[in-house]
Amino acid sequence: MYTQGLDQAGKDRRIAAETEELLSAFQRRVDAEEKIEAKDWMPEAYRKTLIRQISQHAHSEIIGMQPEGNWLTRAPSLKRKAILLAKVQDEAGHGLYLYSAAETLGVSRDQMVADLLSGKAKYSSIFNYPTLTWADIGAIGWLVDGAAIMNQIPLCRCSYGPYARAMVRVCKEESFHQRQGFDIMNALCRGTAAQKAMAQDALNRWWWPSLMMFGPNDSESKHSAQSMAWKIKRFSNDELRQKFVDVTVQQADFLGLSVPDPDLRFDEDTGHYKFGEINWQELFDVIAGNGPCNKQRLEKRQKAHSDGAWVREAAQAYASKQSARVAA
Amino acid sequence: MKSDEWPLYEVFIRSKSGLSHRHAGSVHAPDDQMALDHARDTYTRRSEGVSLWVVRSDQIIASDPAENSAFFEPAEDKIYRHPTFYDIPDGVENL
Repeated sequence: MYTQGLDQAGKDRRIAAETEELLSAFQRRVDAEEKIEAKDWMPEAYRKTLIRQISQHAHSEIIGMQPEGNWLTRAPSLKRKAILLAKVQDEAGHGLYLYSAAETLGVSRDQMVADLLSGKAKYSSIFNYPTLTWADIGAIGWLVDGAAIMNQIPLCRCSYGPYARAMVRVCKEESFHQRQGFDIMNALCRGTAAQKAMAQDALNRWWWPSLMMFGPNDSESKHSAQSMAWKIKRFSNDELRQKFVDVTVQQADFLGLSVPDPDLRFDEDTGHYKFGEINWQELFDVIAGNGPCNKQRLEKRQKAHSDGAWVREAAQAYASKQSARVAA
Repeated sequence: MKSDEWPLYEVFIRSKSGLSHRHAGSVHAPDDQMALDHARDTYTRRSEGVSLWVVRSDQIIASDPAENSAFFEPAEDKIYRHPTFYDIPDGVENL
Protein backbone atom coordinates (compact mmCIF):
# COMPACT_ATOMS: atom_id res chain seq x y z
CA MET A 1 0.00 0.00 0.00
CA TYR A 2 2.11 2.75 -1.38
CA THR A 3 1.32 5.42 1.12
CA GLN A 4 4.29 7.66 0.97
CA GLY A 5 4.22 7.87 -2.80
CA LEU A 6 0.53 8.60 -2.53
CA ASP A 7 1.13 11.63 -0.30
CA GLN A 8 2.76 13.49 -3.14
CA ALA A 9 0.33 12.37 -5.81
CA GLY A 10 -2.60 13.14 -3.52
CA LYS A 11 -1.54 16.73 -3.06
CA ASP A 12 -1.17 17.32 -6.78
CA ARG A 13 -4.49 15.78 -7.51
CA ARG A 14 -6.35 17.72 -4.89
CA ILE A 15 -5.57 20.86 -6.85
CA ALA A 16 -7.34 19.45 -9.90
CA ALA A 17 -10.99 20.44 -9.89
CA GLU A 18 -13.59 17.74 -9.43
CA THR A 19 -15.19 18.20 -12.80
CA GLU A 20 -18.51 16.63 -13.70
CA GLU A 21 -16.62 14.45 -16.13
CA LEU A 22 -14.22 13.06 -13.50
CA LEU A 23 -17.02 12.50 -11.00
CA SER A 24 -19.21 10.61 -13.41
CA ALA A 25 -16.28 8.55 -14.70
CA PHE A 26 -15.55 7.60 -11.08
CA GLN A 27 -19.17 6.65 -10.43
CA ARG A 28 -19.20 4.54 -13.59
CA ARG A 29 -16.19 2.59 -12.34
CA VAL A 30 -17.89 2.00 -8.99
CA ASP A 31 -21.15 0.98 -10.68
CA ALA A 32 -19.24 -1.49 -12.83
CA GLU A 33 -17.90 -3.06 -9.60
CA GLU A 34 -14.34 -2.02 -10.41
CA LYS A 35 -12.19 -1.65 -7.29
CA ILE A 36 -10.72 1.75 -6.57
CA GLU A 37 -7.06 1.59 -5.65
CA ALA A 38 -4.92 3.93 -3.57
CA LYS A 39 -3.44 6.03 -6.35
CA ASP A 40 -6.58 6.20 -8.50
CA TRP A 41 -8.46 9.46 -8.85
CA MET A 42 -11.28 9.71 -6.33
CA PRO A 43 -13.59 12.48 -5.13
CA GLU A 44 -12.31 14.22 -2.02
CA ALA A 45 -15.53 13.33 -0.18
CA TYR A 46 -15.02 9.62 -0.94
CA ARG A 47 -11.50 9.82 0.42
CA LYS A 48 -12.66 11.64 3.56
CA THR A 49 -15.54 9.22 4.17
CA LEU A 50 -13.18 6.28 3.94
CA ILE A 51 -10.54 7.85 6.16
CA ARG A 52 -13.21 8.53 8.77
CA GLN A 53 -14.73 5.05 8.54
CA ILE A 54 -11.50 3.02 8.36
CA SER A 55 -9.76 4.95 11.13
CA GLN A 56 -12.82 4.67 13.40
CA HIS A 57 -12.86 0.99 12.64
CA ALA A 58 -9.15 0.71 13.54
CA HIS A 59 -9.63 2.68 16.76
CA SER A 60 -12.49 0.35 17.71
CA GLU A 61 -10.21 -2.66 17.39
CA ILE A 62 -7.54 -0.99 19.53
CA ILE A 63 -9.94 0.20 22.26
CA GLY A 64 -11.76 -3.13 21.96
CA MET A 65 -8.76 -4.86 23.54
CA GLN A 66 -9.55 -3.26 26.89
CA PRO A 67 -12.87 -4.83 27.95
CA GLU A 68 -11.44 -8.29 27.25
CA GLY A 69 -7.95 -7.52 28.49
CA ASN A 70 -9.67 -6.90 31.81
CA TRP A 71 -10.19 -10.68 32.16
CA LEU A 72 -6.83 -11.97 30.92
CA THR A 73 -5.44 -12.45 34.41
CA ARG A 74 -8.68 -13.91 35.72
CA ALA A 75 -9.68 -16.36 32.99
CA PRO A 76 -11.00 -19.56 34.64
CA SER A 77 -8.41 -21.93 33.13
CA LEU A 78 -5.09 -21.88 31.33
CA LYS A 79 -6.83 -22.96 28.11
CA ARG A 80 -9.33 -20.08 28.31
CA LYS A 81 -6.51 -17.69 29.11
CA ALA A 82 -4.43 -18.78 26.11
CA ILE A 83 -7.47 -18.45 23.83
CA LEU A 84 -8.38 -15.02 25.17
CA LEU A 85 -4.80 -13.84 24.81
CA ALA A 86 -4.80 -14.94 21.16
CA LYS A 87 -8.09 -13.18 20.62
CA VAL A 88 -6.94 -9.90 22.14
CA GLN A 89 -3.77 -10.13 20.04
CA ASP A 90 -5.96 -10.53 16.95
CA GLU A 91 -7.80 -7.31 17.85
CA ALA A 92 -4.46 -5.48 17.87
CA GLY A 93 -3.67 -7.06 14.51
CA HIS A 94 -7.02 -5.95 13.08
CA GLY A 95 -6.31 -2.42 14.23
CA LEU A 96 -2.97 -2.54 12.42
CA TYR A 97 -4.40 -3.93 9.16
CA LEU A 98 -6.95 -1.14 9.20
CA TYR A 99 -4.53 1.66 10.04
CA SER A 100 -2.39 0.53 7.13
CA ALA A 101 -5.44 0.53 4.83
CA ALA A 102 -6.34 4.07 5.99
CA GLU A 103 -2.78 5.26 5.39
CA THR A 104 -3.11 4.45 1.69
CA LEU A 105 -5.57 7.37 1.56
CA GLY A 106 -2.89 9.83 2.60
CA VAL A 107 -3.45 10.17 6.36
CA SER A 108 -0.47 9.39 8.60
CA ARG A 109 -0.44 6.77 11.35
CA ASP A 110 0.73 9.38 13.85
CA GLN A 111 -2.17 11.65 12.96
CA MET A 112 -4.72 8.89 13.51
CA VAL A 113 -3.17 7.86 16.81
CA ALA A 114 -3.09 11.51 17.92
CA ASP A 115 -6.79 11.88 17.06
CA LEU A 116 -7.67 8.81 19.12
CA LEU A 117 -5.60 9.93 22.12
CA SER A 118 -7.00 13.47 22.08
CA GLY A 119 -10.56 12.15 22.05
CA LYS A 120 -11.24 13.79 18.67
CA ALA A 121 -11.75 10.47 16.87
CA LYS A 122 -14.68 8.16 17.57
CA TYR A 123 -14.74 4.41 18.08
CA SER A 124 -17.54 1.89 18.40
CA SER A 125 -19.95 2.67 21.22
CA ILE A 126 -19.99 -0.94 22.40
CA PHE A 127 -16.53 -0.76 23.99
CA ASN A 128 -17.69 1.82 26.51
CA TYR A 129 -19.57 -0.83 28.48
CA PRO A 130 -17.85 -2.65 31.37
CA THR A 131 -17.04 -6.38 31.54
CA LEU A 132 -18.29 -7.29 35.01
CA THR A 133 -18.11 -11.10 34.94
CA TRP A 134 -16.41 -13.88 32.99
CA ALA A 135 -19.69 -14.44 31.14
CA ASP A 136 -19.26 -10.98 29.60
CA ILE A 137 -16.26 -12.37 27.72
CA GLY A 138 -18.56 -15.03 26.29
CA ALA A 139 -21.23 -12.47 25.46
CA ILE A 140 -18.74 -10.17 23.72
CA GLY A 141 -17.42 -12.94 21.48
CA TRP A 142 -20.87 -14.28 20.69
CA LEU A 143 -22.84 -11.03 20.35
CA VAL A 144 -20.38 -8.20 19.74
CA ASP A 145 -18.14 -10.14 17.37
CA GLY A 146 -21.26 -11.71 15.85
CA ALA A 147 -22.65 -8.23 15.12
CA ALA A 148 -19.24 -7.15 13.84
CA ILE A 149 -19.18 -10.09 11.39
CA MET A 150 -22.60 -9.08 10.01
CA ASN A 151 -21.20 -5.62 9.38
CA GLN A 152 -17.81 -6.70 8.12
CA ILE A 153 -18.62 -9.46 5.66
CA PRO A 154 -20.22 -7.02 3.19
CA LEU A 155 -17.18 -4.75 3.65
CA CYS A 156 -15.05 -7.46 2.01
CA ARG A 157 -16.76 -6.30 -1.22
CA CYS A 158 -16.31 -2.59 -0.50
CA SER A 159 -15.36 -0.51 -3.55
CA TYR A 160 -12.04 0.57 -2.03
CA GLY A 161 -9.51 -2.21 -2.65
CA PRO A 162 -7.16 -1.82 0.34
CA TYR A 163 -10.11 -1.69 2.79
CA ALA A 164 -11.80 -4.69 1.17
CA ARG A 165 -8.60 -6.74 1.32
CA ALA A 166 -8.00 -5.84 4.98
CA MET A 167 -11.56 -6.93 5.75
CA VAL A 168 -11.07 -10.32 4.11
CA ARG A 169 -8.22 -10.93 6.52
CA VAL A 170 -10.23 -9.63 9.50
CA CYS A 171 -13.29 -11.74 8.69
CA LYS A 172 -11.26 -14.94 8.52
CA GLU A 173 -10.12 -14.35 12.09
CA GLU A 174 -13.39 -12.98 13.41
CA SER A 175 -15.13 -16.30 13.05
CA PHE A 176 -12.81 -17.82 15.68
CA HIS A 177 -13.74 -14.93 18.00
CA GLN A 178 -17.44 -15.54 17.71
CA ARG A 179 -17.11 -19.28 18.23
CA GLN A 180 -14.89 -18.97 21.29
CA GLY A 181 -17.51 -16.61 22.75
CA PHE A 182 -20.34 -19.00 22.05
CA ASP A 183 -18.24 -21.81 23.53
CA ILE A 184 -17.86 -19.86 26.79
CA MET A 185 -21.62 -19.20 26.90
CA ASN A 186 -22.39 -22.83 26.13
CA ALA A 187 -20.10 -24.08 28.92
CA LEU A 188 -21.75 -21.71 31.40
CA CYS A 189 -25.26 -22.66 30.28
CA ARG A 190 -24.45 -26.37 30.73
CA GLY A 191 -22.95 -25.65 34.17
CA THR A 192 -24.43 -24.87 37.59
CA ALA A 193 -27.51 -22.71 38.12
CA ALA A 194 -25.24 -19.86 39.22
CA GLN A 195 -23.16 -20.16 36.04
CA LYS A 196 -26.24 -20.14 33.86
CA ALA A 197 -27.58 -17.10 35.73
CA MET A 198 -24.27 -15.39 35.03
CA ALA A 199 -24.66 -16.11 31.30
CA GLN A 200 -28.23 -14.76 31.36
CA ASP A 201 -27.10 -11.62 33.16
CA ALA A 202 -24.42 -11.04 30.53
CA LEU A 203 -26.96 -11.48 27.71
CA ASN A 204 -29.29 -9.05 29.48
CA ARG A 205 -26.63 -6.37 29.59
CA TRP A 206 -25.05 -6.90 26.12
CA TRP A 207 -28.13 -7.54 23.97
CA TRP A 208 -29.32 -3.98 23.43
CA PRO A 209 -25.87 -2.38 23.08
CA SER A 210 -25.11 -5.06 20.45
CA LEU A 211 -28.19 -4.05 18.43
CA MET A 212 -27.05 -0.42 18.68
CA MET A 213 -23.75 -1.36 17.03
CA PHE A 214 -25.49 -1.32 13.66
CA GLY A 215 -26.08 2.41 14.03
CA PRO A 216 -29.23 4.54 13.82
CA ASN A 217 -32.32 3.52 11.86
CA ASP A 218 -31.98 3.98 8.12
CA SER A 219 -34.25 7.02 8.20
CA GLU A 220 -31.86 8.71 10.66
CA SER A 221 -28.53 7.63 9.22
CA LYS A 222 -26.86 10.65 7.68
CA HIS A 223 -24.03 8.99 5.75
CA SER A 224 -25.85 5.90 4.50
CA ALA A 225 -27.23 6.91 1.10
CA GLN A 226 -23.93 8.28 -0.22
CA SER A 227 -21.96 5.30 1.13
CA MET A 228 -24.36 2.93 -0.60
CA ALA A 229 -23.99 4.82 -3.89
CA TRP A 230 -20.22 4.56 -3.55
CA LYS A 231 -20.53 0.87 -2.67
CA ILE A 232 -18.64 1.36 0.56
CA LYS A 233 -21.77 0.07 2.25
CA ARG A 234 -23.76 -2.80 0.75
CA PHE A 235 -26.64 -3.22 3.18
CA SER A 236 -28.46 -0.70 5.32
CA ASN A 237 -28.16 -0.54 9.12
CA ASP A 238 -31.66 -1.92 9.61
CA GLU A 239 -31.16 -4.80 7.17
CA LEU A 240 -27.99 -5.91 8.95
CA ARG A 241 -29.58 -5.52 12.38
CA GLN A 242 -32.52 -7.70 11.31
CA LYS A 243 -30.18 -10.36 9.98
CA PHE A 244 -28.30 -10.38 13.28
CA VAL A 245 -31.48 -10.72 15.35
CA ASP A 246 -32.76 -13.54 13.15
CA VAL A 247 -29.68 -15.72 13.60
CA THR A 248 -28.89 -14.81 17.20
CA VAL A 249 -32.32 -15.43 18.71
CA GLN A 250 -32.10 -19.04 17.54
CA GLN A 251 -28.66 -19.41 19.14
CA ALA A 252 -30.02 -17.99 22.42
CA ASP A 253 -32.80 -20.59 22.26
CA PHE A 254 -30.20 -23.31 21.89
CA LEU A 255 -28.38 -22.01 24.96
CA GLY A 256 -31.65 -21.91 26.88
CA LEU A 257 -31.29 -18.18 27.51
CA SER A 258 -34.03 -15.61 27.07
CA VAL A 259 -33.48 -12.49 25.03
CA PRO A 260 -34.30 -9.45 27.19
CA ASP A 261 -36.99 -8.03 24.91
CA PRO A 262 -40.68 -8.48 25.84
CA ASP A 263 -41.72 -7.43 22.33
CA LEU A 264 -39.62 -10.06 20.56
CA ARG A 265 -41.69 -12.47 18.47
CA PHE A 266 -41.39 -14.45 15.26
CA ASP A 267 -43.43 -13.00 12.41
CA GLU A 268 -44.74 -15.87 10.27
CA ASP A 269 -45.59 -13.55 7.38
CA THR A 270 -42.13 -12.06 6.91
CA GLY A 271 -40.10 -14.96 8.30
CA HIS A 272 -38.23 -12.50 10.53
CA TYR A 273 -38.19 -11.73 14.25
CA LYS A 274 -39.87 -8.51 15.27
CA PHE A 275 -38.10 -6.75 18.10
CA GLY A 276 -38.79 -3.86 20.45
CA GLU A 277 -37.80 -0.23 20.15
CA ILE A 278 -34.12 0.52 20.77
CA ASN A 279 -33.28 3.18 23.34
CA TRP A 280 -31.56 5.55 20.93
CA GLN A 281 -30.94 8.15 23.60
CA GLU A 282 -28.59 5.66 25.26
CA LEU A 283 -26.60 5.25 22.02
CA PHE A 284 -26.35 9.00 21.48
CA ASP A 285 -25.23 9.49 25.10
CA VAL A 286 -22.51 6.87 24.76
CA ILE A 287 -21.31 8.36 21.46
CA ALA A 288 -21.30 11.82 23.05
CA GLY A 289 -18.85 10.50 25.65
CA ASN A 290 -21.20 9.73 28.52
CA GLY A 291 -21.19 5.93 28.48
CA PRO A 292 -20.18 3.95 31.57
CA CYS A 293 -16.50 3.61 30.56
CA ASN A 294 -15.65 6.30 27.97
CA LYS A 295 -13.34 8.18 30.31
CA GLN A 296 -11.61 5.05 31.60
CA ARG A 297 -11.03 3.66 28.08
CA LEU A 298 -9.42 6.83 26.80
CA GLU A 299 -7.26 7.33 29.87
CA LYS A 300 -6.02 3.77 29.72
CA ARG A 301 -5.14 4.18 26.03
CA GLN A 302 -3.29 7.43 26.73
CA LYS A 303 -1.38 5.81 29.60
CA ALA A 304 -0.46 2.77 27.48
CA HIS A 305 0.83 5.08 24.76
CA SER A 306 2.95 7.20 27.10
CA ASP A 307 4.15 4.14 29.06
CA GLY A 308 5.35 2.66 25.78
CA ALA A 309 7.26 5.77 24.73
CA TRP A 310 10.59 4.46 26.09
CA VAL A 311 10.25 1.27 24.02
CA ARG A 312 9.73 3.26 20.83
CA GLU A 313 12.64 5.54 21.71
CA ALA A 314 14.91 2.59 22.49
CA ALA A 315 14.04 0.90 19.19
CA GLN A 316 14.76 4.13 17.34
CA ALA A 317 18.06 4.63 19.19
CA TYR A 318 19.12 1.06 18.37
CA ALA A 319 18.21 1.54 14.70
CA SER A 320 20.15 4.80 14.51
CA LYS A 321 23.20 3.23 16.16
CA GLN A 322 23.13 0.25 13.81
CA SER A 323 22.91 2.39 10.69
CA ALA A 324 25.71 4.68 11.99
CA ARG A 325 27.85 1.57 12.49
CA VAL A 326 27.16 0.36 8.95
CA ALA A 327 28.02 3.78 7.56
CA ALA A 328 31.32 3.91 9.50
CA MET B 1 2.92 16.15 12.51
CA LYS B 2 6.35 15.28 13.83
CA SER B 3 8.52 13.79 11.15
CA ASP B 4 9.94 11.08 13.44
CA GLU B 5 7.27 8.55 12.47
CA TRP B 6 8.87 5.18 11.80
CA PRO B 7 9.17 4.49 8.08
CA LEU B 8 6.54 2.40 6.35
CA TYR B 9 7.38 -1.02 4.94
CA GLU B 10 5.25 -3.02 2.52
CA VAL B 11 4.86 -6.68 3.48
CA PHE B 12 4.87 -9.57 1.01
CA ILE B 13 4.17 -13.18 2.02
CA ARG B 14 4.93 -16.45 0.26
CA SER B 15 2.19 -18.70 1.57
CA LYS B 16 3.93 -21.91 0.56
CA SER B 17 6.89 -23.04 -1.52
CA GLY B 18 6.11 -22.91 -5.21
CA LEU B 19 3.96 -19.76 -4.99
CA SER B 20 5.03 -16.15 -5.47
CA HIS B 21 5.16 -13.62 -2.68
CA ARG B 22 1.99 -11.62 -2.47
CA HIS B 23 1.32 -8.20 -0.99
CA ALA B 24 -0.35 -8.45 2.44
CA GLY B 25 -0.27 -4.93 3.90
CA SER B 26 2.21 -2.67 5.60
CA VAL B 27 3.91 -2.03 8.92
CA HIS B 28 5.91 0.78 10.49
CA ALA B 29 9.29 -0.07 11.95
CA PRO B 30 12.50 1.74 12.91
CA ASP B 31 14.72 -0.68 10.97
CA ASP B 32 14.64 -3.62 8.56
CA GLN B 33 14.89 -6.37 11.19
CA MET B 34 12.06 -4.94 13.27
CA ALA B 35 10.00 -4.53 10.10
CA LEU B 36 10.36 -8.28 9.57
CA ASP B 37 9.47 -9.00 13.20
CA HIS B 38 6.41 -6.74 13.07
CA ALA B 39 5.34 -8.22 9.75
CA ARG B 40 5.57 -11.72 11.24
CA ASP B 41 3.51 -10.74 14.30
CA THR B 42 0.95 -8.79 12.30
CA TYR B 43 0.45 -10.93 9.20
CA THR B 44 1.41 -14.53 10.00
CA ARG B 45 -0.21 -15.36 13.34
CA ARG B 46 -1.85 -18.41 11.75
CA SER B 47 1.08 -19.79 9.76
CA GLU B 48 0.10 -17.84 6.65
CA GLY B 49 3.62 -17.86 5.29
CA VAL B 50 6.92 -19.67 4.78
CA SER B 51 8.77 -16.57 3.63
CA LEU B 52 8.40 -12.84 4.22
CA TRP B 53 9.66 -9.85 2.28
CA VAL B 54 9.55 -6.33 3.60
CA VAL B 55 10.54 -3.32 1.53
CA ARG B 56 10.55 0.36 2.39
CA SER B 57 7.44 1.86 0.77
CA ASP B 58 9.36 4.88 -0.43
CA GLN B 59 11.64 2.54 -2.40
CA ILE B 60 8.82 1.24 -4.59
CA ILE B 61 8.54 2.76 -8.03
CA ALA B 62 4.93 2.60 -9.16
CA SER B 63 3.21 3.41 -12.43
CA ASP B 64 0.72 6.26 -12.31
CA PRO B 65 -2.92 5.20 -12.84
CA ALA B 66 -3.68 8.60 -14.33
CA GLU B 67 -1.28 7.66 -17.15
CA ASN B 68 -2.69 4.17 -17.56
CA SER B 69 -3.95 4.58 -21.10
CA ALA B 70 -0.71 5.97 -22.49
CA PHE B 71 1.34 3.50 -20.48
CA PHE B 72 -0.52 0.29 -21.27
CA GLU B 73 -2.25 1.06 -24.57
CA PRO B 74 0.59 -0.10 -26.83
CA ALA B 75 -0.24 -3.69 -25.88
CA GLU B 76 -3.92 -3.40 -26.71
CA ASP B 77 -3.80 -3.39 -30.52
CA LYS B 78 -1.45 -6.36 -30.77
CA ILE B 79 -4.07 -9.01 -30.62
CA TYR B 80 -1.91 -11.27 -32.81
CA ARG B 81 0.11 -11.94 -29.67
CA HIS B 82 -2.73 -14.19 -28.46
CA PRO B 83 -3.14 -17.71 -29.84
CA THR B 84 -6.88 -17.14 -30.31
CA PHE B 85 -6.05 -14.64 -33.09
CA TYR B 86 -5.28 -17.46 -35.51
CA ASP B 87 -7.81 -19.55 -37.39
CA ILE B 88 -6.84 -23.18 -37.40
CA PRO B 89 -8.18 -25.11 -40.39
CA ASP B 90 -10.45 -28.06 -39.66
CA GLY B 91 -8.59 -31.32 -39.49
CA VAL B 92 -5.42 -29.87 -37.98
CA GLU B 93 -4.85 -31.22 -34.50
CA ASN B 94 -2.42 -30.82 -31.62
CA LEU B 95 -1.63 -27.22 -32.53
